[in-house]
Amino acid sequence: MSSIMSIRAVTYFVILAIFLLADTQRPHAKTFNERASVCLGCHGEKGQSNTPETPSLGGQTAPYLLIQLYLFREKQRVSETMNDIGFSDDDLRLFSDNLSKLPPPLPPSSAPDAARMTSGGVLITKHRCNNCHNLDLSGRDNVPRIANQREDYLLKTLREYKNNTRHGYDGMMAEVLAPITEAQIVDLAYVIARFR
Amino acid sequence: MYPYLTARRSILLAGTIAGLLIAAPLSAQQPPTAAAPPAAAPAAPALPPGSPLIGRPEGNEAAAKLAPVAPPPLPATPDKLPTAQLKLPPGFHIEVYASGIANARSMRLGTKGTLFVGTRFGNKVTAVVKKDGKAEIKTVAEGLYRPNGLAFKDGTLYIAELSQISKIENVEDKLDKPQKPTVIYTDLPKDEAHGWKFIAIGPDNKLYLEVGQPGNNVLHDKDHGQIRRINLDGSGAEVVAFGVRHSVGFDWNPVNKQLYFSDNGRDWLSEDAPEDKLNRVSKLGEDFGAPYCYQGNIPDPEFGWGHSCSEFTPPVALTGPHSAGLGLRFYTGNMFPKKYKNAIFLARHGSWNRTKKFGGDVVAIMLNKDGTVKSIEPFLTGFLVNNNYIGRPVDVEQMPDGSLLLSDDWNGAIYRITYGKLPKVAGAQ
Repeated sequence: MSSIMSIRAVTYFVILAIFLLADTQRPHAKTFNERASVCLGCHGEKGQSNTPETPSLGGQTAPYLLIQLYLFREKQRVSETMNDIGFSDDDLRLFSDNLSKLPPPLPPSSAPDAARMTSGGVLITKHRCNNCHNLDLSGRDNVPRIANQREDYLLKTLREYKNNTRHGYDGMMAEVLAPITEAQIVDLAYVIARFR
Repeated sequence: MYPYLTARRSILLAGTIAGLLIAAPLSAQQPPTAAAPPAAAPAAPALPPGSPLIGRPEGNEAAAKLAPVAPPPLPATPDKLPTAQLKLPPGFHIEVYASGIANARSMRLGTKGTLFVGTRFGNKVTAVVKKDGKAEIKTVAEGLYRPNGLAFKDGTLYIAELSQISKIENVEDKLDKPQKPTVIYTDLPKDEAHGWKFIAIGPDNKLYLEVGQPGNNVLHDKDHGQIRRINLDGSGAEVVAFGVRHSVGFDWNPVNKQLYFSDNGRDWLSEDAPEDKLNRVSKLGEDFGAPYCYQGNIPDPEFGWGHSCSEFTPPVALTGPHSAGLGLRFYTGNMFPKKYKNAIFLARHGSWNRTKKFGGDVVAIMLNKDGTVKSIEPFLTGFLVNNNYIGRPVDVEQMPDGSLLLSDDWNGAIYRITYGKLPKVAGAQ
């Protein structure tokens, strides 16, 4: 037993040493973590944002993140904080690839209102949100994950698409929101934020 | 009953996927949602006019995987461009003319050799100036909204944004800094769907522009679904062609001076129909059928009732299902073999609304003496690899030496196609 234990212990330390060594020899990765701490200060360390009207980035698709970072840099999407990121093309790729690996956000722990979940679910199907965003609203490629996004951010975004202050990349969401009412926006944000 | 069934199916599927792939603990909390779809789910298809998802069949798993493919926002670096994988007929060559132009779309050459490039997803018009064989990239104008369409005449560049047309005079003398274009025409709808424009100046010295249908398949009003022409000062607008779903390319036959235009067919009817079209305008104000009749012989299942395809001008050629034929030019140069003289080069952007992607190439369309189509031949292929795009052709433009430029909005690059012996400088390969 004890020899097995010691072999395990040695193996453990060897692996740990390799990791530590590898980490010190990867200044680039370190740089990313340091730089990303600025992002995660608002967007949430573990992919889940606790900042009002600031999106959770966890589980977000890399192509969508890349498009948004690009739009911010080019000032085609307006936000004082985000327009000043001063990223190179390589930075845009680095951040979108790495931020997409954060764990997906979780729905609020409190039990949702069953009636609102029902009516919101009907709206998701009726407006075919789940055709592009995936049936589980996890997104794919350039179409973002929306499941369990912050409710206030969903509200803000849907309203911006509706009133044409956020154009999006290909203009698709402005069309989708055209027939959706303010009351339905509220219902959609409620159910998407709590999607399970 | 359908909405109920499909909603239920959707949610069950969602649960399955979530459970299998990601979050077993989450799927344990499934019951409230799984119980959600009520029998009273509203039946009306609520997609807005304009959504390309209108007509998307419910409960079809293959169709549920089809959504518009957005290009990467960043142009590919020169070493990632796919020229080595592209194929041309014997004797033709392709090289990179310019790279690093995000979402490069429509092209126009100036008389002093400047190449102007428009974009759909960016906000700039770009100029490419060749100096000692190297491409210099300059910003001609910025802060624009979907400046996809360009035309050039007598030193003036015309720019079509989503809902206005403007111009920059003597543009080739003003490339040192971005210019503010002068607006000449604003009588245009603001729809996002099919709102990006192609423009060209005809032999009658008028500017032709397209206003597409504001959606996949919609009964449009009198301001949509047409090609118009205006005088170069923006006055005198009149409709040239009706029943146009969405054209992103047109040019005039150098022989009979008639206007030929590409027109994209509707989505979600089926995998193989309707095909996109090449149309010819023989007289002012002809109607080409949208949304009542597609590809000349398919009455639309929704809007075709009470109409016959015989009411409309049929296409001169079908150019493939969902293939998205965009930019086209008649070839009048002397560099290519004689059979290409006065043929049409058509850039096909490639399908998204089809399980097995189709297009993503350039075809040569040979015409008969009477202007009808004799044949369609593959010209440039290889952008479609394992059902994925490694590039997407948008527009073609002929150089004074007879070579052909091609824009690729996926990679943000311009290629040049030549014929004959390679000049000695091209020794890289």
